[in-house]
Amino acid sequence: MYNPWVKITHWIGTISFLFLVYTGIEILMVHPRLYWGDVGNDLTPALFELPISRNYHHNGWTTSQPFFNSTHSPVSAGRTYDIFNENGWGRSLHFLSAWVLVAVGLIYLLSGIYTRHFQRDLLPARKEMSFRSLARDMADHFKHGMAFVRGPNYGVLQKLSYCLVLFFLVPTIVLTGLTMSPAVAASHPWLLTIFFGAQSARTIHFFCAVLLILFLIVHVVMVVRSGFRKHMRAMTFGS
Amino acid sequence: MKKKHIITRRTALVTGITALGSYLLYRTVKSPQVPTYGSILRSGDNFTYEAQRALLSKRALVKEYSRSDISSFPATGTLDPGDEKSKTYNKDYALTHRNGFSDWKLSVEGRVARPGMYSLAALQSLPARTQITRHTCEEGWTAVGEWTGVQLSQLLLHVGIFPSARFVNFYAYDEYQDSIDMIDAFHPQTILAYGMNGRPLPIQHGAPLRLRVETQIGYKSMKYLRRMVVTDDYVDPGDSGWAWYTGI
Repeated sequence: MYNPWVKITHWIGTISFLFLVYTGIEILMVHPRLYWGDVGNDLTPALFELPISRNYHHNGWTTSQPFFNSTHSPVSAGRTYDIFNENGWGRSLHFLSAWVLVAVGLIYLLSGIYTRHFQRDLLPARKEMSFRSLARDMADHFKHGMAFVRGPNYGVLQKLSYCLVLFFLVPTIVLTGLTMSPAVAASHPWLLTIFFGAQSARTIHFFCAVLLILFLIVHVVMVVRSGFRKHMRAMTFGS
Repeated sequence: MKKKHIITRRTALVTGITALGSYLLYRTVKSPQVPTYGSILRSGDNFTYEAQRALLSKRALVKEYSRSDISSFPATGTLDPGDEKSKTYNKDYALTHRNGFSDWKLSVEGRVARPGMYSLAALQSLPARTQITRHTCEEGWTAVGEWTGVQLSQLLLHVGIFPSARFVNFYAYDEYQDSIDMIDAFHPQTILAYGMNGRPLPIQHGAPLRLRVETQIGYKSMKYLRRMVVTDDYVDPGDSGWAWYTGI
């Protein structure tokens, strides 16, 4: 049976995560180019680009003016193209949802320590980590008619993926998000160091989001395959 | 027998985080705020403002780079307010541009002891600061440039602001207006820049004078300045649809 704190934080977290994905896609559409290091803009080479808005390869620029007299001088160019940009509400909604996620994340973290949810339910036991048990659990996932298991009584792969999400992807996406903030990076310059720069932080933030969305898809597929109604009841008002 | 602690690590953590959260909410509700216009998004922005002011250093410097890090730099928004085809064409700007900005002056007004008009030469006679910093645009891109100008704090001390002053408002030739609080105004890297990458500020980047607020997102660093007004209260320009505080 799930602890009420797990249930509450699960659903508030779900809603804020969906808002973060929605606004995150909007923000990415405004500048669908990703870079490595501290610097990246339309006049510098991208690591990769995504064809997800009219801003992709828009080429609406005035003639480049070099800043210096050298041959490979950095340049200035003015943008003449009217870009897609809904960041006025997109950014504010992204940060508001992030505040909600931070708040429920802290409640979840504290209640998880307090009720020993992490120790008891999430961290795999040593004997579960054997090759044989991992292989068996993997095979079980591809069998027809997956059994409904009343949570939180998780399989080892399930435990590992929850731990990866909670203790690696979520902290990394929060920290890379903070690294992009000029005021936070001023007070905490180590963030720029550990993530290799402001644009690298943005790129890592993007990949964490992709992995979290993949996790969400697999999570929902598994819930559906092993008894959607039972799981929904267990995670809401039932036991 | 196991010793019983009155304050366990667990209760200390819970109490600490609850207290911090309550304090931040209290600050957001109690302190004089920029308007939220009844919008939940603007309330979220105000919460971010209070949280960053409460939790971050107010004097920490942003990272500074070396000359070899200077990158290409897109110019966005208004590219030339003196261009008749521009949506934000301004005749005064066109005239002063034609005169090479020799007759340009920054009007300093409001809650100051010595209001007046400051020419480029007057601003350049104040101590200069040169800094190579990263511009972070809300769109997602960044660029590194070298900026030379006078610290806003120097100018504010020079004109003598009244103790009740809380905001510095800026007005630009392209009709843009915005403001910053005294914490950002007195930040050592907040400068009024007249030089970029060792040359006079290019037209595209806001000649003859632009603001650099390095602790906030790029759109706070206004270009084409013409007027600066120190105020006790927030001057409400209405909801532009964009966050007023963008340290995030």
